[in-house]
Amino acid sequence: VVEGLALLDLGVSPYSGAIFHETPLIIYLFHFLIEYAELVFMVTDVLTAVALYLAIQDFNKAVFKKQKLLIELDKYAPDVAELIRTPMEMHYIPLKVALFYLLNPYTVMSCVAKSTCAINNTVIAFFILATIKGSAFLSAVFLALATYQTLYPLTLFAPALLYLLQRQFIPIKLKSKSFWLYTMQYAALYLCSLVVIICLSFFLLNSWDFIPSVYGFILSVPDLTPNIGLFWYFFAEMFEHFSLFFVCVFQINVFFYTIPLAIKLKEHPMFFMFVQIAIISIFKSYPTVGDIALYMAFLPVWSHLYRFLRNIFILSCVLIVCSLLFPVLWHLWIYAGSANSNFYYAITLTFNIGQV
Amino acid sequence: GGMLAAAVLLLLAAGPGPGPGPVRAGRDALREELLLSPLPDGDVAATFQFRTRWDADLQRGAVSHYRLFPKALGRLVAALGVRELHLALTQGFWRTRLWGQPPLQAPPGAELWVWFQPTVTDVDKAWEELSNILSGIFCASLNFIDSTNTVTPTASFKPLGLANGTDHHLLRYAVLPREVVCTENLTPWKKLLPCGSKAGLAVLLKAERLFHSSYHSQAVHIRPICRDASCLAVSWELRQTLTVVFDTFSSGQGKKDWSLFKMFSRTLTDACPLASQSKVYVDISPKNKEKELLEVTPPPASVHEAVVQGDKRTYAVYDLLSPSLFNTSRSLNVQLKWKRPQDSLDLPTPVLHAQRYVSGYGLQTGEISTLIYNTHPYRAFPVILLETVPWYLRLYVHTLTIITKGKENKPSYIHYQPAQDRRRPHLLEMLIQLPANSVTKITIQFERALLKWTEYTPDPNHGFYVSSSVLSALVPSVIAMKDVDVEQSPLFTSLFPSSDGSSYFVRLYTEPLLVNLPTPDFSMPYNVICLTCTVVAVCYGSFYNLLTRTFHVEEPSRGGLAKRLANIIRKFRGVPPL
Repeated sequence: VVEGLALLDLGVSPYSGAIFHETPLIIYLFHFLIEYAELVFMVTDVLTAVALYLAIQDFNKAVFKKQKLLIELDKYAPDVAELIRTPMEMHYIPLKVALFYLLNPYTVMSCVAKSTCAINNTVIAFFILATIKGSAFLSAVFLALATYQTLYPLTLFAPALLYLLQRQFIPIKLKSKSFWLYTMQYAALYLCSLVVIICLSFFLLNSWDFIPSVYGFILSVPDLTPNIGLFWYFFAEMFEHFSLFFVCVFQINVFFYTIPLAIKLKEHPMFFMFVQIAIISIFKSYPTVGDIALYMAFLPVWSHLYRFLRNIFILSCVLIVCSLLFPVLWHLWIYAGSANSNFYYAITLTFNIGQV
Repeated sequence: GGMLAAAVLLLLAAGPGPGPGPVRAGRDALREELLLSPLPDGDVAATFQFRTRWDADLQRGAVSHYRLFPKALGRLVAALGVRELHLALTQGFWRTRLWGQPPLQAPPGAELWVWFQPTVTDVDKAWEELSNILSGIFCASLNFIDSTNTVTPTASFKPLGLANGTDHHLLRYAVLPREVVCTENLTPWKKLLPCGSKAGLAVLLKAERLFHSSYHSQAVHIRPICRDASCLAVSWELRQTLTVVFDTFSSGQGKKDWSLFKMFSRTLTDACPLASQSKVYVDISPKNKEKELLEVTPPPASVHEAVVQGDKRTYAVYDLLSPSLFNTSRSLNVQLKWKRPQDSLDLPTPVLHAQRYVSGYGLQTGEISTLIYNTHPYRAFPVILLETVPWYLRLYVHTLTIITKGKENKPSYIHYQPAQDRRRPHLLEMLIQLPANSVTKITIQFERALLKWTEYTPDPNHGFYVSSSVLSALVPSVIAMKDVDVEQSPLFTSLFPSSDGSSYFVRLYTEPLLVNLPTPDFSMPYNVICLTCTVVAVCYGSFYNLLTRTFHVEEPSRGGLAKRLANIIRKFRGVPPL
């Protein structure tokens, strides 16, 4: 971002080079805030935590109400007593979520590195808050902002839609007119805000250059800087002939799980949202630890399901060990020159398996 | 006389196209010259220049009779609309601090810069064709010149010949620092000479001695010049220059005395019959105002004094066309003996010199630093710095700092064109004012990119070259210089056009850099694909499982045949049944 600002000062379009891949709104935001960069990132993290807290609080209230209703209707089987959530637990869950996010070492690392992923997380958190509160307009606006910055939150359109439909008590049947009406409304809001934001960016910099730089970059993966994802090494060792094919396959992979998950999880849109965020953070073209921090923050919401998680010990060990080994092996490869790129690559593989 | 000839030639040129009769070709003339200058540290630099001047207009009308001007280059200039062409192939690096200011420096490797005529519509296509044709003519890998190492400088490479206007979109510049120069490049270069290597000064150009040197540079320069003082018509000039530095003294292999035979293992026997002028100049300028320090044999017929690069120099002249030269012996072997060794190894520092290096550790980031020295005691002058950095070293222009004498120095003109991955290199041009007697340090940080495995050279751990940066400056000279008349003065004084007598033009190149990039493991493409696809498949599998698994209640089965048999055996053993 600093480079983009410097280029702008020199009178050269920031997108004429290959270094700057953020959106014009971010440039203008940082034009004013660049001196207080650390403060800005701390503030965004706090905002994200607050948004998550409020969102989960509301969500818990809704879930508890539904649960009470179902108990009274006697819909639960008798030996489910251990799974029923008590008000005591429910009270502490939002706090746990906020703390999970703030104290997560990944969040701290991402804040120290001043990565713009933190801003993306804030926007997504506000989007979740708006969705849970039921305001379709705000939720569409925030989703448009998130999609504008990185392309992948587009997949969060489906869980948000499902949640809002549930809240409005509109049944999800393909034949129902009200379903389609509401969907069209929400989609229209979303698309309009997206178009408005893109045109605003155009007028800020007077050119459409940012589109290939931002979106083309995400979609076609030209830069192979090693990151914690799977794909940099894959494309570094790819045969030229197939690179277009595999780029398409990997991009489709991210968007592909939306529809099956929507069909399966339509009763639980919040969980669907959580899973979707996790999928984005694993399969996006340039993942960062900030993305992982966001979905990990949601884990306490389903604390009543912990007993069903298999291999929890192995998984947590794998994640911790991989996180510790990442910098070590990076250092060995790049600085000490004594290890190979394979080592670093192996760790990314294990880490991602652990996430899955 | 001259005006009349020019008018006649104009009339001829303006007439209708060539008819079926004898073609009236323009007059062409060849001058050859060898300049031998002892360098401050004891080595010897020999600069050959062969200048063919042709009074014909290659652009207008088809010229079909080539006499001295080589046909390959003439056809090239006419067909591709080239206005100026400069190609240099160099092995080694000119050490400005030890050897002084170079007469004409070229960066290590191959350098090609071309100005096209304004009539050329697609400059990039013409550039590509030109580099391919030149690659064939000179047996050099110039076909590797493509958009990833070509830049369009805006201020550094102004035309050296006649120019009508300077739209810098017609200029292209490319350097291949990895190019190696050897005998197979020398041979086609020699073939372009009118006398080949059979007569005249070119007999000295034998490959086994020329490449046994610490600096070898051969160049071809084509440019349009004024036909005469009134400049009503255009002539084309082709200069072929070859500079070689023999380092027998500083490498400890020989004494400081030298002779043509010792250097080239040949002597001069005659002049090229096609040449109108053929001379050998030996620099006998006294250093530190001491005369009689050296002795040249055979004694020169005349002595020429000139002001070259701000210094008054004296040259001993041997005219190969004068009949008196070969009276005593059949061959000319110029020898220079030092009467007594120089007491002090005090090397005079050149006014402008520079060095460049890369710093940093690890394979992720680094920093390029350029140091420019201005050793003039009281004059400040500006210098244009041109840096071309390949795209895989991503420069961060916000880290660019220029520090002179401890304070920040802002450039008065800066043109930066960032690189585009796999398409265009970085271009940074700056006009920096150098105060008198100062050192200017320019630093910029970069990040190294990981390339696709097919983009690495077969020896990836050797590193990647960053081409030399170019410094162009008008250095103020202590001694006023008169305007030189190109026809009368020696060739080495008329290389660069001088605008006024108080400064001379200098173009310096810094060292090329070698940087290592992080390498992937080249033996692993299949493994990588399989492993990554496995991870994706694991993920897909678990999702599929999750989504399509349905739970049934399973009735405990009564047991199959095996179970009943086991139960019977258990009853015999007295153990409870399954």
